[in-house]
Amino acid sequence: MKASLADVPLGQDAEITSIDCERGLSRRLMEMGLLPGTRVRLVRVAPLGDPIELRVRNYSLSVRRAEAAKIAVSPEGMV
Amino acid sequence: MSGSAALPQVLIAGNPNCGKSTLFNALSGGSAHVGNYPGVTVDRTTTRLQVGAQSIELVDVPGMYSLTASSPEEQLAVNALTEGNTRAVICVVDATTLQRGLYLALQLIESGVSVVVALNMMDSAEHLGLHIDTERLSQLFGAPVVPVVATKRRGLDALLAALDEELAPGSGAQRATVTYPPELEADVDKLVPVVAQWRPGTAQRQLRAFALWCLLSLGDDSLRGVPDDVRRAVHDIREAAKAQGRNIDLEIIASRYAWLDDALDQASAAQEPRLSWSERIDRVLTHPVMGLIVFAVVMFGIFEALFAGADPLISAIESLTGYMQAQAAAFLPPGVLQDLVVEGIIAGVGNVVVFAPQILMLFLFIGFLEDSGYLARVAFVIDRVMKGVGLHGKAFVPLLSGFACAVPAIMATRTIERRRDRLVTMLALPLMSCSARLPVYILVVGTVFAGQSLGWFSAGAVALFSMYTLSVLVTLGAAAAIRRIVLPGPAPTFVLEMPPYRWPSVQILWINAWRRLRVFLVDAGTIILAMTILLWALLSFPKSADVAHHYAAERERVEQMAMPDVEKAEALRSLDSQEAADQLGNSFGGRFGHAIEPALRPIGFDWQIGVGIIGAFAAREVFISTLGVVFGIGEADEENKPLRQALRDARHADGTPVMTPLSGISLMIFFLIACQCMSTLAVMRRESGSWKWPVFLFSYMTVLAYIASLAVYQGGQLLGFS
Repeated sequence: MKASLADVPLGQDAEITSIDCERGLSRRLMEMGLLPGTRVRLVRVAPLGDPIELRVRNYSLSVRRAEAAKIAVSPEGMV
Repeated sequence: MSGSAALPQVLIAGNPNCGKSTLFNALSGGSAHVGNYPGVTVDRTTTRLQVGAQSIELVDVPGMYSLTASSPEEQLAVNALTEGNTRAVICVVDATTLQRGLYLALQLIESGVSVVVALNMMDSAEHLGLHIDTERLSQLFGAPVVPVVATKRRGLDALLAALDEELAPGSGAQRATVTYPPELEADVDKLVPVVAQWRPGTAQRQLRAFALWCLLSLGDDSLRGVPDDVRRAVHDIREAAKAQGRNIDLEIIASRYAWLDDALDQASAAQEPRLSWSERIDRVLTHPVMGLIVFAVVMFGIFEALFAGADPLISAIESLTGYMQAQAAAFLPPGVLQDLVVEGIIAGVGNVVVFAPQILMLFLFIGFLEDSGYLARVAFVIDRVMKGVGLHGKAFVPLLSGFACAVPAIMATRTIERRRDRLVTMLALPLMSCSARLPVYILVVGTVFAGQSLGWFSAGAVALFSMYTLSVLVTLGAAAAIRRIVLPGPAPTFVLEMPPYRWPSVQILWINAWRRLRVFLVDAGTIILAMTILLWALLSFPKSADVAHHYAAERERVEQMAMPDVEKAEALRSLDSQEAADQLGNSFGGRFGHAIEPALRPIGFDWQIGVGIIGAFAAREVFISTLGVVFGIGEADEENKPLRQALRDARHADGTPVMTPLSGISLMIFFLIACQCMSTLAVMRRESGSWKWPVFLFSYMTVLAYIASLAVYQGGQLLGFS
C-alpha cells in the first residue's frame, strides 16, 4: 500500500513522491513548495484531530487530513 | 498635473504574513488612500511617495504566494503588473521563509518588470541562525536585494535608493533565467506567437514569461478577458503533454524551485535551527487541552468586548444623536423640514456612526489576532467543526461576531481568502441572533410570558435560550445549504500557513482599524443614510389634513376644559400620541401595513405589527419605538408597561387577541430569521461588490422567516396551542 502524508506519525519526516489531487489544489501546494522530493515533517495535530501541521521548507503549513491523504510519501525510517 | 493617475506606479507585493503592510505603512508614514480594484471587491491601498527626484504612487497589492491566477481576485496582481504606468515592484520576502518568498520574486523577475527585493525580518532570520549573503543573491537574481526590518524602520533608505536606481532608464542587470525542460521550452515557443497577438508590442522575454503564466493559470480558471484562441492553444498544448505523460504544472514549478534551491545553496547557510519562540508558544496554544481552553477564553473575550464593552460608547453616540435632534428641533420651525432634519438626516447619520465602536473594536481584535499569528491557530483549532457545514476555519470569528452585530461581522469575513468561502460566510452570518434582536425578544417575552413558568424555569428564559440555540442551528444549516445550492463548487480546501508568532505594532493596528472604519462610514454609510431618509418619508407621508384638523379641534376642546394643569398636560400629550398613531396609520407605510395584513394573519400578526416590521427595517430595535407610535403611546422601550399592555389588549377584527404565546413565538422567530436590517444590506453591498447579493440575502431570509413563522403558528394551532 502506498503511504500518504496523512499516515506519517507525529514528529516523523517523510519525502513527498507525488501529489494527486485536483489541479487547483495540487498547483497551490506545489507553488507553496511541496514538490516530489521535498522533505516534510508532521509537527502537530489540531486538538480535534484535524487539520494537521507540516513543517516544510522552513515554514509551517496546515492542511486537512483529506488533503494530506492525496500527497504520497516515502517514509524515512520506516520500511 | 493633479490626480495620481499620471504618476508612475510602484507595486509592493509579497506573501501573506511577510510584513508587506508594515513596510507599506513604514514607507507611507501611515497616510494612504483606500479605493477598490475595478470589478473585484479587493481594497486598493495607495500612497504617494517621493523616490529620489520623482513622485510615485505606491500600490499595496494583496498578499499572494504566486502570480498564478485562477480567479479575478488573483488576476488583479497580473493586471496591475501589465498596466501601462507600472514601473517597478518591491517584492517583500520574509527572510525566515526565504524559498517560498523568493518563488514569487523569481516569478516577478521572469515577467520582465523591474524588481527590488526587500528581505524583511532580517533580525529574526539572524536570530534563527540563518545567514544570507544578500550580495550574492543580488547577483544571482539580477535584482537588488535589500535587507530591511520594517517594524524597526531599518533599511528603508537603502531600499528607496535601490528603487530609485531601478527606476532610472537603462538599468537592469543580467536577470535570472530559469532553465526549463526542453519539451516545455518547445511548448512555450508554440504559445508565444498566440499571446503576442493578445499583448502586441511586448518584448520577447516578457512574452515567454506570459506564455508560462498562461500554461500554469488557464484551464480550470474563472479569469476574465482571456481571448478564446489563447485558451484553445493552452488547452491543446496541455492535452498533448498529458498524452505524453507529462505534467506541465509540475515541470514549471519544479524547475523554478530547482533554480531557487541552487541559488540558496550558494547564497545562504543555516546552522542547526534553534527551537523558536513560536514553537514553544504553539506547544501551549495548540495543545489538545490548553489549546482549547485558550481558544475559548480568547473568543469569549472578543464576544464580551463586542457585546458589553462597546455598549457605553454606543449609548454615548445615541445620546449625542438625541441631543442633536433636540437642538435641531428647537432651532428649526415645526414642519416637514424639521422632521426631515431630525427624523431623517440626523437619525440617519446616527444610524451610521452607531456602528463605529463595534467596527473599531472588532478590527482591532482581528488585527491583533492576525498580526500576532493567532488567527491562523484559531482556524487550525476550530476547522474540524466548521468543515462539517462546508465553512472554512477562518469563518469562526466572523460568525461569533454575528452574535453582536452582522455589520462588523460581514466586514470581518475579509480574512477569508477564497471568494466563494467568503460569500457563503457573509450570506449565513446575518442569521446569528444579533444584539438588536434582544430588545424585541424581551418585549415579546414580557408581553406574552409574564410570570409563566415551565417546570423550574421561567417561560421567558426558556424562550430566549431557544432563540439563541435556534439561531446557531439555522445559521449552520443555511451555510450548508448555500454552499450546496447557491454556490456549488469544489469543497473548500484548507491550506493555511501558520506564521510565526509576532508582537503586533499598536500603531499599525490602529491605522488598519481606522481605515476599515472610514471605508464603512463612506461607502456603507451613504446607503444607510439614504435608506433612513426613505424610510422616514414612507412613515411620514402623506399627511392627512383631516386627522390634523380633528386633533386641532380636540386640543382646542381640552384647552377650554376646566381641569388641573397636570391633567390637562397629560390629556394633550395623549392627544399628540394618538394623532401620531393616526398619521402613521395613514402614511404609505401604514397603508402598506394594512395592505399586507392578509399575508400577516396566517403567521399571527396584524397590520400594526406589520407597520412595526416595516419600521424595524431601519434597525430591529426600532420595531419597539414604531409600535409605541402605532399604539398611540409615544416614546417606548422594551420594558415599557403601557406598550406591553396595549399589545396584550390588541384584538383582531373578530375580537381574538393578537398577542398570544403562539403568535409571540411566531413573531420572535420571524425577527430571528428575517433580514430586518438595512445596514446589513448596505455593508453586504460594499463587501460583495454588487447589489445582487444583498437582494438575494434579503429575499432568502424573508421567505425563510415567513415559512418558519407560518409553520410555527399554523402547526401550533393544529396542535391546539394558542
